[in-house]
Amino acid sequence: MKSKKLSFYGILVAIIIIAPFVFPSFSTQLATLWLMIIVAMTWDMTGGQMGYNSLGNIFFYGTGMYVAAVITIAIPFDVGEYNNAFGGGIYKFTDTQYFLGVFLGILGAGLFCSICAVLIGFVTFGLRGPYFAIGTLGVAIAAGELVSNWEWIGGGQGISLPVFPYDLDLGKTFFYFLYAVTGVSLFVFLKWLYSTRFGAAINAIRDDEEKAEAMGIHTLRYKLTTWSMSAFFIGVVGGISAFQLIHFEPLETAYQTINLGIFMVVCVLLGGKGTLWGPIIGAIVFHVFKEVTWNYLLGWQWVALGALIVITVVYFKDGIMGGLMRSKPEWFNSDAENRAQAGADS
Amino acid sequence: MSSIIEVTRVSKSYGGVIANKDVSMAVKQGGITGLIGPNGSGKTTLFNSIVGYHPVDSGSIKFEGQEISEKPVQEIARLGLIRTFQQTRIYGAMNCVENMLISLPHRKMKFLESFNRNGEGDYEKTDRLLEFVGLYEKRFLTAGSLSFGQQKLLEFAMALMNEPAALLLDEPTAGINPTLINGLIDRLKRANSEFGITLFVIEHNMRVIMNMAEKIYCLAHGEMLAEGTPEDIQNDQRVIDAYLGAH
Repeated sequence: MKSKKLSFYGILVAIIIIAPFVFPSFSTQLATLWLMIIVAMTWDMTGGQMGYNSLGNIFFYGTGMYVAAVITIAIPFDVGEYNNAFGGGIYKFTDTQYFLGVFLGILGAGLFCSICAVLIGFVTFGLRGPYFAIGTLGVAIAAGELVSNWEWIGGGQGISLPVFPYDLDLGKTFFYFLYAVTGVSLFVFLKWLYSTRFGAAINAIRDDEEKAEAMGIHTLRYKLTTWSMSAFFIGVVGGISAFQLIHFEPLETAYQTINLGIFMVVCVLLGGKGTLWGPIIGAIVFHVFKEVTWNYLLGWQWVALGALIVITVVYFKDGIMGGLMRSKPEWFNSDAENRAQAGADS
Repeated sequence: MSSIIEVTRVSKSYGGVIANKDVSMAVKQGGITGLIGPNGSGKTTLFNSIVGYHPVDSGSIKFEGQEISEKPVQEIARLGLIRTFQQTRIYGAMNCVENMLISLPHRKMKFLESFNRNGEGDYEKTDRLLEFVGLYEKRFLTAGSLSFGQQKLLEFAMALMNEPAALLLDEPTAGINPTLINGLIDRLKRANSEFGITLFVIEHNMRVIMNMAEKIYCLAHGEMLAEGTPEDIQNDQRVIDAYLGAH
Protein backbone atom coordinates (compact mmCIF):
# COMPACT_ATOMS: atom_id res chain seq x y z
CA MET A 1 0.00 0.00 0.00
CA LYS A 2 2.73 2.40 1.03
CA SER A 3 5.02 1.50 -1.88
CA LYS A 4 2.09 1.90 -4.26
CA LYS A 5 1.60 5.43 -3.00
CA LEU A 6 5.30 6.21 -3.24
CA SER A 7 5.54 5.02 -6.83
CA PHE A 8 2.42 7.05 -7.69
CA TYR A 9 4.03 10.22 -6.38
CA GLY A 10 7.33 9.26 -8.01
CA ILE A 11 5.71 8.96 -11.44
CA LEU A 12 3.89 12.24 -10.88
CA VAL A 13 7.08 14.10 -10.05
CA ALA A 14 8.78 12.55 -13.10
CA ILE A 15 5.94 13.76 -15.35
CA ILE A 16 6.16 17.24 -13.85
CA ILE A 17 9.91 17.39 -14.53
CA ILE A 18 9.83 15.91 -18.04
CA ALA A 19 6.69 17.69 -19.35
CA PRO A 20 8.26 20.99 -20.53
CA PHE A 21 11.03 19.11 -22.39
CA VAL A 22 8.68 16.67 -24.11
CA PHE A 23 6.24 19.41 -25.11
CA PRO A 24 8.48 22.49 -25.43
CA SER A 25 5.87 24.43 -27.40
CA PHE A 26 3.40 23.97 -24.54
CA SER A 27 5.66 25.07 -21.70
CA THR A 28 3.95 28.46 -21.26
CA GLN A 29 0.59 26.74 -21.50
CA LEU A 30 1.66 24.27 -18.80
CA ALA A 31 2.95 27.12 -16.65
CA THR A 32 -0.49 28.73 -16.84
CA LEU A 33 -2.00 25.39 -15.84
CA TRP A 34 0.20 25.42 -12.74
CA LEU A 35 -0.99 28.93 -11.98
CA MET A 36 -4.60 27.71 -12.11
CA ILE A 37 -3.82 24.70 -9.92
CA ILE A 38 -2.08 26.83 -7.31
CA VAL A 39 -4.75 29.52 -7.07
CA ALA A 40 -7.45 26.83 -6.93
CA MET A 41 -5.67 25.07 -4.05
CA THR A 42 -5.20 28.32 -2.14
CA TRP A 43 -8.84 29.28 -2.67
CA ASP A 44 -9.92 25.91 -1.31
CA MET A 45 -8.02 26.51 1.94
CA THR A 46 -10.55 29.11 3.00
CA GLY A 47 -13.47 28.33 0.67
CA GLY A 48 -13.47 24.55 0.93
CA GLN A 49 -11.79 23.67 4.20
CA MET A 50 -12.87 26.63 6.31
CA GLY A 51 -16.21 27.53 4.73
CA TYR A 52 -15.31 31.16 3.97
CA ASN A 53 -15.99 31.79 0.28
CA SER A 54 -13.75 34.65 -0.66
CA LEU A 55 -14.27 36.33 -4.02
CA GLY A 56 -11.40 38.70 -3.37
CA ASN A 57 -8.40 36.36 -3.32
CA ILE A 58 -7.37 37.93 -6.63
CA PHE A 59 -6.39 40.92 -4.50
CA PHE A 60 -3.35 38.96 -3.31
CA TYR A 61 -2.47 37.96 -6.87
CA GLY A 62 -2.45 41.56 -8.05
CA THR A 63 -0.72 42.85 -4.95
CA GLY A 64 1.91 40.12 -5.30
CA MET A 65 2.62 41.30 -8.86
CA TYR A 66 3.07 44.90 -7.80
CA VAL A 67 5.16 44.13 -4.74
CA ALA A 68 7.50 41.87 -6.73
CA ALA A 69 7.85 44.49 -9.46
CA VAL A 70 8.47 47.38 -7.08
CA ILE A 71 11.12 45.42 -5.17
CA THR A 72 12.91 44.48 -8.39
CA ILE A 73 12.92 48.07 -9.67
CA ALA A 74 13.83 49.56 -6.32
CA ILE A 75 17.07 47.56 -6.08
CA PRO A 76 18.87 49.55 -8.84
CA PHE A 77 16.54 52.48 -9.67
CA ASP A 78 14.09 55.05 -8.36
CA VAL A 79 10.61 53.52 -8.64
CA GLY A 80 8.62 56.67 -9.43
CA GLU A 81 11.10 57.84 -12.07
CA TYR A 82 11.27 54.39 -13.69
CA ASN A 83 7.50 54.03 -13.95
CA ASN A 84 6.95 57.50 -15.34
CA ALA A 85 9.74 57.52 -17.92
CA PHE A 86 7.33 56.48 -20.74
CA GLY A 87 10.18 55.18 -22.83
CA GLY A 88 12.20 58.34 -22.22
CA GLY A 89 14.88 56.79 -20.07
CA ILE A 90 17.09 53.79 -20.59
CA TYR A 91 17.08 51.33 -17.75
CA LYS A 92 19.22 48.24 -18.04
CA PHE A 93 19.24 45.52 -15.44
CA THR A 94 22.34 43.39 -14.97
CA ASP A 95 21.82 39.62 -14.64
CA THR A 96 22.54 39.79 -10.93
CA GLN A 97 20.03 42.60 -10.43
CA TYR A 98 17.42 40.64 -12.37
CA PHE A 99 17.76 37.38 -10.48
CA LEU A 100 18.11 39.11 -7.13
CA GLY A 101 14.89 40.93 -8.04
CA VAL A 102 13.14 37.68 -8.95
CA PHE A 103 14.18 36.03 -5.71
CA LEU A 104 13.52 38.92 -3.31
CA GLY A 105 10.49 40.13 -5.24
CA ILE A 106 8.67 36.79 -5.13
CA LEU A 107 9.49 36.21 -1.47
CA GLY A 108 8.56 39.78 -0.56
CA ALA A 109 5.28 39.46 -2.50
CA GLY A 110 4.33 36.38 -0.47
CA LEU A 111 5.19 37.95 2.87
CA PHE A 112 3.52 41.26 2.08
CA CYS A 113 0.32 39.46 1.04
CA SER A 114 0.28 37.38 4.25
CA ILE A 115 0.44 40.55 6.29
CA CYS A 116 -2.31 42.14 4.16
CA ALA A 117 -4.50 39.07 4.75
CA VAL A 118 -4.19 39.43 8.50
CA LEU A 119 -5.02 43.15 8.41
CA ILE A 120 -7.95 42.79 5.99
CA GLY A 121 -9.08 39.66 7.81
CA PHE A 122 -9.57 41.56 11.06
CA VAL A 123 -12.33 43.49 9.30
CA THR A 124 -13.76 41.00 6.81
CA PHE A 125 -13.92 37.97 9.13
CA GLY A 126 -16.59 39.84 11.02
CA LEU A 127 -18.76 39.03 7.99
CA ARG A 128 -20.30 35.61 7.39
CA GLY A 129 -21.51 33.67 4.36
CA PRO A 130 -22.39 35.75 1.27
CA TYR A 131 -21.48 38.97 3.08
CA PHE A 132 -17.90 37.76 3.39
CA ALA A 133 -17.84 36.94 -0.33
CA ILE A 134 -19.11 40.40 -1.29
CA GLY A 135 -16.91 42.16 1.26
CA THR A 136 -13.74 40.55 -0.07
CA LEU A 137 -14.81 41.18 -3.67
CA GLY A 138 -15.16 44.84 -2.72
CA VAL A 139 -11.61 44.87 -1.38
CA ALA A 140 -10.24 43.46 -4.65
CA ILE A 141 -12.19 45.89 -6.86
CA ALA A 142 -11.30 48.88 -4.72
CA ALA A 143 -7.62 47.89 -4.75
CA GLY A 144 -7.63 47.71 -8.57
CA GLU A 145 -9.14 51.19 -8.84
CA LEU A 146 -6.78 52.66 -6.26
CA VAL A 147 -3.70 51.19 -7.88
CA SER A 148 -4.74 52.39 -11.33
CA ASN A 149 -4.70 55.96 -10.01
CA TRP A 150 -1.37 55.70 -8.24
CA GLU A 151 1.22 57.30 -10.53
CA TRP A 152 4.25 56.19 -8.50
CA ILE A 153 3.62 52.60 -9.61
CA GLY A 154 2.58 53.48 -13.13
CA GLY A 155 -1.14 54.17 -12.64
CA GLY A 156 -3.39 52.75 -15.35
CA GLN A 157 -0.35 52.13 -17.56
CA GLY A 158 0.90 49.37 -15.32
CA ILE A 159 4.54 48.36 -14.95
CA SER A 160 7.03 46.95 -17.45
CA LEU A 161 9.67 44.64 -16.07
CA PRO A 162 12.94 43.57 -17.69
CA VAL A 163 12.89 40.55 -19.99
CA PHE A 164 14.50 37.26 -19.00
CA PRO A 165 18.20 37.93 -19.70
CA TYR A 166 19.06 34.66 -21.51
CA ASP A 167 17.47 32.65 -24.32
CA LEU A 168 13.67 33.08 -24.26
CA ASP A 169 12.97 29.34 -24.48
CA LEU A 170 15.13 28.86 -21.43
CA GLY A 171 13.05 31.61 -19.81
CA LYS A 172 9.86 29.67 -20.47
CA THR A 173 11.30 26.60 -18.80
CA PHE A 174 12.58 28.74 -15.95
CA PHE A 175 9.11 30.12 -15.21
CA TYR A 176 7.51 26.70 -15.62
CA PHE A 177 9.77 25.35 -12.89
CA LEU A 178 9.21 28.34 -10.61
CA TYR A 179 5.48 27.56 -10.74
CA ALA A 180 6.03 23.82 -10.46
CA VAL A 181 8.21 24.12 -7.36
CA THR A 182 5.67 26.46 -5.75
CA GLY A 183 2.82 24.10 -6.64
CA VAL A 184 4.52 20.98 -5.33
CA SER A 185 5.54 22.78 -2.13
CA LEU A 186 1.98 23.97 -1.66
CA PHE A 187 0.64 20.44 -2.18
CA VAL A 188 3.05 18.94 0.37
CA PHE A 189 2.29 21.78 2.78
CA LEU A 190 -1.48 21.28 2.50
CA LYS A 191 -1.25 17.51 2.76
CA TRP A 192 0.53 18.01 6.06
CA LEU A 193 -1.64 20.91 7.25
CA TYR A 194 -4.93 19.05 6.71
CA SER A 195 -3.67 16.14 8.79
CA THR A 196 -2.99 18.29 11.86
CA ARG A 197 -5.26 19.51 14.64
CA PHE A 198 -5.19 22.87 12.87
CA GLY A 199 -6.80 21.27 9.82
CA ALA A 200 -9.48 19.70 11.98
CA ALA A 201 -10.14 23.02 13.69
CA ILE A 202 -10.75 24.90 10.43
CA ASN A 203 -13.08 22.07 9.32
CA ALA A 204 -14.96 22.60 12.58
CA ILE A 205 -15.29 26.30 11.76
CA ARG A 206 -16.75 25.36 8.37
CA ASP A 207 -19.24 22.85 9.78
CA ASP A 208 -20.52 24.85 12.76
CA GLU A 209 -18.65 27.97 13.75
CA GLU A 210 -20.88 28.69 16.72
CA LYS A 211 -20.24 25.26 18.15
CA ALA A 212 -16.51 25.67 17.56
CA GLU A 213 -16.61 28.94 19.50
CA ALA A 214 -18.58 27.34 22.31
CA MET A 215 -15.91 24.62 22.54
CA GLY A 216 -13.21 27.24 23.02
CA ILE A 217 -11.52 26.98 19.61
CA HIS A 218 -9.63 30.20 18.79
CA THR A 219 -11.76 30.81 15.71
CA LEU A 220 -10.49 34.25 14.68
CA ARG A 221 -6.86 33.26 15.15
CA TYR A 222 -7.30 30.15 13.00
CA LYS A 223 -9.20 32.05 10.32
CA LEU A 224 -6.54 34.75 10.07
CA THR A 225 -3.73 32.19 9.98
CA THR A 226 -5.39 30.15 7.24
CA TRP A 227 -6.09 33.16 5.08
CA SER A 228 -2.62 34.53 5.54
CA MET A 229 -1.04 31.18 4.59
CA SER A 230 -3.27 31.07 1.54
CA ALA A 231 -2.38 34.70 0.67
CA PHE A 232 1.32 33.90 0.91
CA PHE A 233 1.11 31.37 -1.91
CA ILE A 234 -1.15 33.55 -4.07
CA GLY A 235 1.27 36.43 -3.57
CA VAL A 236 4.13 34.20 -4.66
CA VAL A 237 2.43 33.12 -7.89
CA GLY A 238 1.42 36.73 -8.47
CA GLY A 239 5.09 37.63 -8.24
CA ILE A 240 6.09 34.86 -10.66
CA SER A 241 3.38 35.97 -13.10
CA ALA A 242 4.71 39.53 -13.04
CA PHE A 243 8.11 38.38 -14.33
CA GLN A 244 6.59 35.90 -16.75
CA LEU A 245 4.20 38.45 -18.31
CA ILE A 246 6.90 41.21 -18.37
CA HIS A 247 4.23 43.90 -18.67
CA PHE A 248 1.05 44.10 -16.61
CA GLU A 249 -1.57 46.72 -15.84
CA PRO A 250 -3.93 46.98 -12.88
CA LEU A 251 -7.48 46.19 -14.02
CA GLU A 252 -7.18 43.48 -16.70
CA THR A 253 -4.06 41.67 -15.53
CA ALA A 254 -3.30 42.26 -11.88
CA TYR A 255 -6.70 42.68 -10.20
CA GLN A 256 -8.61 40.67 -12.82
CA THR A 257 -11.65 39.95 -10.68
CA ILE A 258 -13.83 38.69 -13.53
CA ASN A 259 -11.27 36.29 -15.01
CA LEU A 260 -8.81 34.55 -12.71
CA GLY A 261 -10.71 35.77 -9.64
CA ILE A 262 -13.76 33.76 -10.68
CA PHE A 263 -11.90 30.95 -12.47
CA MET A 264 -10.26 29.84 -9.24
CA VAL A 265 -13.66 29.45 -7.60
CA VAL A 266 -15.04 27.53 -10.59
CA CYS A 267 -12.02 25.19 -10.61
CA VAL A 268 -12.64 24.27 -6.99
CA LEU A 269 -16.39 23.82 -7.43
CA LEU A 270 -15.74 21.62 -10.47
CA GLY A 271 -13.12 19.48 -8.73
CA GLY A 272 -14.76 19.27 -5.32
CA LYS A 273 -14.65 21.64 -2.38
CA GLY A 274 -12.81 20.72 0.78
CA THR A 275 -10.70 17.92 -0.70
CA LEU A 276 -6.97 17.83 -1.32
CA TRP A 277 -7.15 16.63 -4.92
CA GLY A 278 -10.39 18.32 -5.95
CA PRO A 279 -8.92 21.74 -6.77
CA ILE A 280 -6.09 20.15 -8.76
CA ILE A 281 -8.38 17.96 -10.84
CA GLY A 282 -10.83 20.83 -11.23
CA ALA A 283 -8.11 23.19 -12.41
CA ILE A 284 -6.86 20.69 -15.00
CA VAL A 285 -10.34 19.96 -16.38
CA PHE A 286 -11.26 23.62 -16.39
CA HIS A 287 -8.07 24.79 -18.04
CA VAL A 288 -8.18 22.14 -20.76
CA PHE A 289 -11.86 22.89 -21.41
CA LYS A 290 -11.15 26.62 -21.56
CA GLU A 291 -8.23 26.27 -23.96
CA VAL A 292 -10.06 23.83 -26.24
CA THR A 293 -13.11 26.06 -26.52
CA TRP A 294 -10.91 29.11 -27.11
CA ASN A 295 -9.30 27.24 -30.01
CA TYR A 296 -12.20 25.43 -31.63
CA LEU A 297 -15.32 27.33 -30.57
CA LEU A 298 -14.04 30.86 -30.95
CA GLY A 299 -16.88 33.32 -30.55
CA TRP A 300 -18.77 30.88 -28.36
CA GLN A 301 -16.06 30.34 -25.77
CA TRP A 302 -17.69 32.45 -23.05
CA VAL A 303 -21.02 30.74 -23.67
CA ALA A 304 -19.39 27.32 -23.35
CA LEU A 305 -17.61 28.42 -20.18
CA GLY A 306 -20.86 29.77 -18.75
CA ALA A 307 -22.60 26.49 -19.58
CA LEU A 308 -19.83 24.56 -17.81
CA ILE A 309 -20.27 26.71 -14.70
CA VAL A 310 -24.06 26.31 -14.73
CA ILE A 311 -23.84 22.53 -15.22
CA THR A 312 -21.30 22.21 -12.41
CA VAL A 313 -23.30 24.26 -9.95
CA VAL A 314 -26.64 22.61 -10.76
CA TYR A 315 -25.71 18.95 -11.34
CA PHE A 316 -22.35 18.40 -9.63
CA LYS A 317 -22.75 20.23 -6.37
CA ASP A 318 -19.97 18.25 -4.71
CA GLY A 319 -17.68 18.36 -7.73
CA ILE A 320 -15.73 15.46 -9.20
CA MET A 321 -14.03 14.39 -5.96
CA GLY A 322 -17.17 14.94 -3.88
CA GLY A 323 -19.11 12.71 -6.29
CA LEU A 324 -16.42 10.01 -6.08
CA MET A 325 -16.44 10.16 -2.30
CA ARG A 326 -20.15 9.49 -2.28
CA SER A 327 -20.16 6.68 -4.82
CA LYS A 328 -16.93 5.00 -3.58
CA PRO A 329 -16.71 5.76 0.13
CA GLU A 330 -14.37 2.80 0.69
CA TRP A 331 -11.62 4.64 -1.24
CA PHE A 332 -11.59 7.46 1.26
CA ASN A 333 -11.06 6.10 4.75
CA SER A 334 -10.53 8.67 7.47
CA ASP A 335 -7.26 8.70 9.41
CA ALA A 336 -8.99 7.12 12.37
CA GLU A 337 -10.34 4.24 10.27
CA ASN A 338 -6.93 3.62 8.74
CA ARG A 339 -5.46 3.43 12.23
CA ALA A 340 -8.11 0.99 13.34
CA GLN A 341 -7.48 -1.16 10.25
CA ALA A 342 -3.73 -1.08 10.73
CA GLY A 343 -4.29 -2.16 14.33
CA ALA A 344 -6.49 -5.07 13.24
CA ASP A 345 -4.02 -6.23 10.56
CA SER A 346 -0.94 -6.34 12.76
CA MET B 1 -17.12 24.13 49.27
CA SER B 2 -16.85 27.40 47.38
CA SER B 3 -18.89 28.48 44.40
CA ILE B 4 -17.49 28.14 40.90
CA ILE B 5 -20.20 30.24 39.26
CA GLU B 6 -21.74 33.18 41.12
CA VAL B 7 -24.64 35.10 39.64
CA THR B 8 -25.55 38.29 41.48
CA ARG B 9 -28.71 40.32 40.78
CA VAL B 10 -28.67 39.72 37.03
CA SER B 11 -31.41 41.33 34.93
CA LYS B 12 -32.03 40.91 31.23
CA SER B 13 -34.91 42.12 29.14
CA TYR B 14 -35.77 41.87 25.47
CA GLY B 15 -37.55 45.10 24.63
CA GLY B 16 -40.43 45.20 27.07
CA VAL B 17 -40.23 41.53 27.99
CA ILE B 18 -38.34 40.98 31.23
CA ALA B 19 -36.65 37.59 30.92
CA ASN B 20 -34.56 37.72 34.09
CA LYS B 21 -35.10 40.08 37.00
CA ASP B 22 -32.62 40.37 39.86
CA VAL B 23 -31.64 36.72 39.66
CA SER B 24 -28.98 35.57 42.11
CA MET B 25 -27.64 32.06 42.43
CA ALA B 26 -24.47 30.07 42.89
CA VAL B 27 -23.12 26.80 41.52
CA LYS B 28 -21.01 24.85 43.97
CA GLN B 29 -17.57 23.70 42.98
CA GLY B 30 -17.62 19.97 42.30
CA GLY B 31 -21.35 19.56 42.78
CA ILE B 32 -24.42 19.07 40.61
CA THR B 33 -26.77 22.02 40.56
CA GLY B 34 -30.15 22.03 38.86
CA LEU B 35 -32.26 24.81 37.36
CA ILE B 36 -35.94 24.22 36.81
CA GLY B 37 -38.93 26.34 35.95
CA PRO B 38 -41.99 26.32 33.72
CA ASN B 39 -41.68 27.13 30.02
CA GLY B 40 -40.75 30.74 29.42
CA SER B 41 -39.50 31.31 32.94
CA GLY B 42 -36.09 32.54 31.77
CA LYS B 43 -33.90 29.47 32.27
CA THR B 44 -32.25 29.52 28.87
CA THR B 45 -31.84 33.31 29.02
CA LEU B 46 -29.94 32.91 32.28
CA PHE B 47 -27.86 30.15 30.72
CA ASN B 48 -27.02 32.28 27.71
CA SER B 49 -26.09 35.21 29.95
CA ILE B 50 -23.65 33.01 31.84
CA VAL B 51 -21.93 31.63 28.74
CA GLY B 52 -21.76 35.05 27.09
CA TYR B 53 -24.25 34.83 24.22
CA HIS B 54 -25.66 38.20 25.08
CA PRO B 55 -24.74 41.00 27.48
CA VAL B 56 -26.73 41.38 30.68
CA ASP B 57 -28.53 44.63 31.49
CA SER B 58 -27.25 44.73 35.06
CA GLY B 59 -25.73 42.51 37.70
CA SER B 60 -22.57 40.46 37.84
CA ILE B 61 -21.57 36.93 36.82
CA LYS B 62 -18.38 35.45 38.18
CA PHE B 63 -16.60 32.26 37.19
CA GLU B 64 -13.86 31.10 39.55
CA GLY B 65 -13.91 34.58 41.04
CA GLN B 66 -13.40 36.30 37.67
CA GLU B 67 -16.03 38.67 36.26
CA ILE B 68 -17.28 37.20 32.96
CA SER B 69 -20.48 39.11 32.23
CA GLU B 70 -18.67 41.31 29.68
CA LYS B 71 -16.75 38.54 27.95
CA PRO B 72 -17.69 36.95 24.59
CA VAL B 73 -18.50 33.25 24.18
CA GLN B 74 -15.06 32.04 23.05
CA GLU B 75 -13.22 33.65 25.94
CA ILE B 76 -15.58 32.19 28.50
CA ALA B 77 -15.30 28.77 26.87
CA ARG B 78 -11.53 29.08 27.06
CA LEU B 79 -11.74 29.61 30.81
CA GLY B 80 -13.16 26.09 31.01
CA LEU B 81 -16.87 26.83 31.14
CA ILE B 82 -18.42 24.68 28.42
CA ARG B 83 -22.07 24.32 27.46
CA THR B 84 -24.12 21.86 25.45
CA PHE B 85 -27.04 22.97 23.33
CA GLN B 86 -30.72 22.25 23.71
CA GLN B 87 -30.87 21.64 19.96
CA THR B 88 -27.86 19.34 19.81
CA ARG B 89 -24.91 20.70 17.86
CA ILE B 90 -22.39 18.26 16.47
CA TYR B 91 -20.34 18.33 13.26
CA GLY B 92 -22.75 16.26 11.17
CA ALA B 93 -20.52 15.48 8.19
CA MET B 94 -17.71 14.00 10.27
CA ASN B 95 -17.63 10.67 12.05
CA CYS B 96 -17.76 10.35 15.83
CA VAL B 97 -14.02 9.96 16.26
CA GLU B 98 -13.34 13.14 14.27
CA ASN B 99 -15.97 14.98 16.28
CA MET B 100 -14.19 13.92 19.44
CA LEU B 101 -10.70 14.85 18.23
CA ILE B 102 -11.83 18.34 17.26
CA SER B 103 -13.10 18.78 20.80
CA LEU B 104 -9.65 18.45 22.33
CA PRO B 105 -9.13 21.42 24.63
CA HIS B 106 -7.54 23.98 22.32
CA ARG B 107 -7.32 26.40 25.21
CA LYS B 108 -4.64 24.21 26.76
CA MET B 109 -2.57 24.15 23.56
CA LYS B 110 0.04 26.67 22.60
CA PHE B 111 -0.45 28.05 19.10
CA LEU B 112 2.29 25.89 17.59
CA GLU B 113 0.93 22.78 19.29
CA SER B 114 -2.18 23.10 17.16
CA PHE B 115 0.05 22.10 14.21
CA ASN B 116 0.72 18.71 15.79
CA ARG B 117 -1.07 15.60 14.70
CA ASN B 118 -3.26 13.87 17.22
CA GLY B 119 -1.21 11.60 19.40
CA GLU B 120 -1.74 8.08 20.64
CA GLY B 121 -3.11 9.46 23.90
CA ASP B 122 -5.76 11.49 22.07
CA TYR B 123 -7.06 8.41 20.27
CA GLU B 124 -7.10 6.40 23.49
CA LYS B 125 -9.00 9.14 25.25
CA THR B 126 -11.49 9.26 22.36
CA ASP B 127 -12.06 5.52 22.52
CA ARG B 128 -12.42 5.59 26.30
CA LEU B 129 -14.98 8.39 26.28
CA LEU B 130 -16.97 6.92 23.39
CA GLU B 131 -17.02 3.66 25.32
CA PHE B 132 -18.17 5.64 28.36
CA VAL B 133 -21.23 7.05 26.58
CA GLY B 134 -21.84 3.78 24.72
CA LEU B 135 -21.06 4.95 21.19
CA TYR B 136 -17.86 2.97 20.65
CA GLU B 137 -19.49 0.55 18.19
CA LYS B 138 -20.74 3.47 16.10
CA ARG B 139 -17.54 5.49 16.13
CA PHE B 140 -17.00 5.46 12.36
CA LEU B 141 -20.55 6.47 11.45
CA THR B 142 -21.07 10.07 10.44
CA ALA B 143 -22.45 11.98 13.39
CA GLY B 144 -25.34 13.29 11.29
CA SER B 145 -26.62 9.75 10.74
CA LEU B 146 -26.98 9.03 14.47
CA SER B 147 -30.34 9.29 16.19
CA PHE B 148 -31.09 12.43 18.16
CA GLY B 149 -30.48 10.69 21.46
CA GLN B 150 -27.14 9.34 20.28
CA GLN B 151 -26.18 12.78 19.06
CA LYS B 152 -26.86 14.10 22.55
CA LEU B 153 -24.59 11.43 23.98
CA LEU B 154 -21.93 12.35 21.45
CA GLU B 155 -22.21 16.02 22.34
CA PHE B 156 -21.84 15.07 26.00
CA ALA B 157 -18.75 12.98 25.21
CA MET B 158 -17.32 15.91 23.19
CA ALA B 159 -17.84 18.19 26.16
CA LEU B 160 -15.99 15.71 28.42
CA MET B 161 -13.18 15.54 25.86
CA ASN B 162 -12.74 19.27 26.37
CA GLU B 163 -11.92 18.72 30.08
CA PRO B 164 -14.10 21.58 31.29
CA ALA B 165 -14.00 22.92 34.84
CA ALA B 166 -17.75 23.33 34.71
CA LEU B 167 -20.26 21.96 32.25
CA LEU B 168 -23.60 23.62 31.57
CA LEU B 169 -26.15 21.19 30.17
CA ASP B 170 -29.29 22.53 28.52
CA GLU B 171 -31.96 19.84 28.88
CA PRO B 172 -29.71 16.79 28.48
CA THR B 173 -32.58 14.31 28.50
CA ALA B 174 -35.04 16.12 26.22
CA GLY B 175 -35.93 13.92 23.27
CA ILE B 176 -34.18 10.87 24.65
CA ASN B 177 -35.81 7.48 24.80
CA PRO B 178 -36.98 6.85 28.44
CA THR B 179 -34.93 3.65 28.70
CA LEU B 180 -31.78 5.57 27.80
CA ILE B 181 -32.48 8.23 30.42
CA ASN B 182 -31.43 6.07 33.39
CA GLY B 183 -28.15 5.35 31.68
CA LEU B 184 -27.65 9.04 31.01
CA ILE B 185 -28.33 10.02 34.64
CA ASP B 186 -25.79 7.44 35.70
CA ARG B 187 -23.19 8.81 33.26
CA LEU B 188 -23.77 12.40 34.29
CA LYS B 189 -23.28 11.43 37.92
CA ARG B 190 -20.12 9.52 37.07
CA ALA B 191 -18.76 12.44 35.04
CA ASN B 192 -19.23 14.48 38.18
CA SER B 193 -17.74 12.01 40.63
CA GLU B 194 -15.04 10.38 38.50
CA PHE B 195 -13.86 13.30 36.34
CA GLY B 196 -14.59 15.96 38.96
CA ILE B 197 -16.57 18.17 36.58
CA THR B 198 -19.02 20.60 38.12
CA LEU B 199 -22.42 20.24 36.48
CA PHE B 200 -25.12 22.84 36.10
CA VAL B 201 -28.21 21.35 34.51
CA ILE B 202 -31.43 22.80 33.09
CA GLU B 203 -33.99 20.04 33.12
CA HIS B 204 -37.70 19.62 32.55
CA ASN B 205 -37.85 16.03 33.64
CA MET B 206 -38.49 16.20 37.39
CA ARG B 207 -37.52 12.61 38.03
CA VAL B 208 -34.12 13.20 36.45
CA ILE B 209 -33.29 16.42 38.27
CA MET B 210 -34.54 15.19 41.65
CA ASN B 211 -32.33 12.12 41.27
CA MET B 212 -29.23 14.00 40.36
CA ALA B 213 -28.95 17.46 41.80
CA GLU B 214 -27.78 18.36 45.28
CA LYS B 215 -29.25 21.81 45.03
CA ILE B 216 -32.04 23.09 42.83
CA TYR B 217 -33.08 26.59 41.82
CA CYS B 218 -36.54 27.27 40.49
CA LEU B 219 -37.27 30.22 38.21
CA ALA B 220 -40.74 31.56 37.43
CA HIS B 221 -41.59 34.63 35.36
CA GLY B 222 -37.91 35.57 35.27
CA GLU B 223 -37.53 35.71 39.04
CA MET B 224 -35.92 33.28 41.45
CA LEU B 225 -38.85 31.60 43.09
CA ALA B 226 -37.26 29.01 45.34
CA GLU B 227 -33.99 27.28 46.08
CA GLY B 228 -33.03 24.30 48.19
CA THR B 229 -32.49 20.57 48.23
CA PRO B 230 -34.69 18.39 46.02
CA GLU B 231 -36.93 17.63 49.03
CA ASP B 232 -37.38 21.32 49.82
CA ILE B 233 -38.33 22.05 46.22
CA GLN B 234 -40.73 19.13 45.98
CA ASN B 235 -42.54 20.30 49.09
CA ASP B 236 -42.56 23.99 48.22
CA GLN B 237 -46.12 25.10 47.56
CA ARG B 238 -44.97 28.07 45.42
CA VAL B 239 -43.10 25.74 43.03
CA ILE B 240 -46.11 23.48 42.67
CA ASP B 241 -48.34 26.49 42.01
CA ALA B 242 -45.94 27.86 39.41
CA TYR B 243 -45.94 24.58 37.51
CA LEU B 244 -49.70 24.22 37.70
CA GLY B 245 -50.22 27.77 36.57
CA ALA B 246 -51.70 29.21 39.77
CA HIS B 247 -49.14 31.96 39.85
